[in-house]
Amino acid sequence: MSEPVVHASALTKKYGDFTAVDAIDFEVAPGESFGLLGPNGAGKSTTMRMVGAVSARTGGELRVLGMDPDTHGPQIRAQLGVVPQEDNLDAELKVRDNLIVYGRYFGIPRAVCARRAEELLEFAQLTERAKAKVDDLSGGMKRRLTIARALINDPRVLMLDEPTTGLDPQARHILWDRLFRLKEKGTTLIVTTHYMDEAEQLCDRLVVVDHGRIMAEGSPAELIRTYSSREVVELRFGSDRNAAVAERLDGVGDRIEVLPDRILVYTANGEEVLEHLSRENLHPTTSLVRRSSLEDVFLRLTGRSLIE
Amino acid sequence: MSAPTQTATTVLPDRRAGARGALYVAEHQFRAMLNYRWTIVMVGLGSPLAYLLGIGLGLATLLDAEVGQGPGGPVPYVVFVAPALLASAAVSVATEEFTYTVMSGFKWRRVFWGINATPVEPGQIASGLVLAVAARMAFGGILYYLLILVFGATGSTGLSWLLPLVGVLGGLAFGLPLLAYSASLKDDAGQFAAVQRFVFTPLFLFSGTFYPLETLPSALHWIGWISPLWHASELGRVLSYGAPKPGWLVAVHVLALLALAIGGWLLARRVFTRRLR
Repeated sequence: MSEPVVHASALTKKYGDFTAVDAIDFEVAPGESFGLLGPNGAGKSTTMRMVGAVSARTGGELRVLGMDPDTHGPQIRAQLGVVPQEDNLDAELKVRDNLIVYGRYFGIPRAVCARRAEELLEFAQLTERAKAKVDDLSGGMKRRLTIARALINDPRVLMLDEPTTGLDPQARHILWDRLFRLKEKGTTLIVTTHYMDEAEQLCDRLVVVDHGRIMAEGSPAELIRTYSSREVVELRFGSDRNAAVAERLDGVGDRIEVLPDRILVYTANGEEVLEHLSRENLHPTTSLVRRSSLEDVFLRLTGRSLIE
Repeated sequence: MSAPTQTATTVLPDRRAGARGALYVAEHQFRAMLNYRWTIVMVGLGSPLAYLLGIGLGLATLLDAEVGQGPGGPVPYVVFVAPALLASAAVSVATEEFTYTVMSGFKWRRVFWGINATPVEPGQIASGLVLAVAARMAFGGILYYLLILVFGATGSTGLSWLLPLVGVLGGLAFGLPLLAYSASLKDDAGQFAAVQRFVFTPLFLFSGTFYPLETLPSALHWIGWISPLWHASELGRVLSYGAPKPGWLVAVHVLALLALAIGGWLLARRVFTRRLR
């Protein structure tokens, strides 16, 4: 069995009295695409910084690529690619030069950097913008350039912190496509996100994090199977009536969740719920039957919505 | 089109990349400086030309007083003032590169955070920046020195070629404590403009740049003693035209400059590390 890429046990980070990461345990296997799903402030970025060997842990154990970040920071970072939440490309340099300069930090010879930059520009679909200024790129292009930059050292692990936050749907899909290719090629991905669709798209396995703790762990399908039903019926009766109607739905479906704007009925069969409603003479303004998602898992685990 | 091959480069998990980290940071800074290379050259040439012409051909003709004394009697005013002008040019580079460039690296462009994710350590980011700025100071100092030669504004000690080096030392003695301060700031709420107005300008005017410090009332002499610019100017005068100074005072100038530069550098490395880790 191959050694895990990341091994964390009782991993803890405190800032004064505040515990950002509270004794979490997880492992990432080589080639795996691993996700940390949770709301903003859950401790995802702090965990990423510890794994990325740029922030010392306060407690617990952490091995990255078999090494301890406390003692082997540079050696670990030499084999990681990091895509930060906020782009930090150098706007003083052209697109291609951003890649070359960054490669130098890994001790890669200039000529190799230049060759690799061409490959990566093509991969990031930026070949035509090679001589453009960074500030002239769209948000999606900047992210792709940041990902290309993170690949310049041919990393064993690519770490992405909220890779598609702030991008429009089309740009997100292009980005997911690129990441999916890396995944197919066998690059280990570690992704944080607060978007459940992103986690479902990219992650083989994920942990749901809240308040610095791991609430659940598994593949997206396993999590949905364990913590939710197959289908969800979303019903809207108007915000003033939702609560009253919900009482009359007692016993319908496996479980009912009343949110301010809608009622969620968890069930194996959504159509049956809708039939039941019409028998009971309940007529929602809108109704929708959909597959359960990680959003539902999160709601179940924390009682809160992922995106407020 | 496929994903980039895994074989293009192999990065070995050794410390070599780390050891050269500061050089890579300097290389990066040079590439960024190329964007404003004309500003660097124009300031590097224009400022000495303006000062040397204005003072050498203008102001000096009005001065009857003997301002600077060489080993064999009074020296022309432009000879007295040239070493101080060269040093103040280096200090002026520091007020720019160790303020806005630092804020940009941490906050505006966040470039330092990008470097931080590579094998390079925070202290090396600070050192690399210092290397690049020192090189810019040296470049400006050499230009300045060549113009000083053109104006015949040196003495005959044979040591005046050391002036650019004294300039760099003066620039770093002023600049490295400033670097530590800038790196500790979360935001620029006018502090950099204040450094320019309330630190650099008074030092330029009150630490023996245009007249000997002794000319000032003795209650103001302390400004000179704490000023890297005064120490650098005085050292430059000894080297350029052999200004007669006791040996202990020359030693004090050198030590004061070294102490400020080394102290500032150590502090800056600590602040960078605390901020990035």
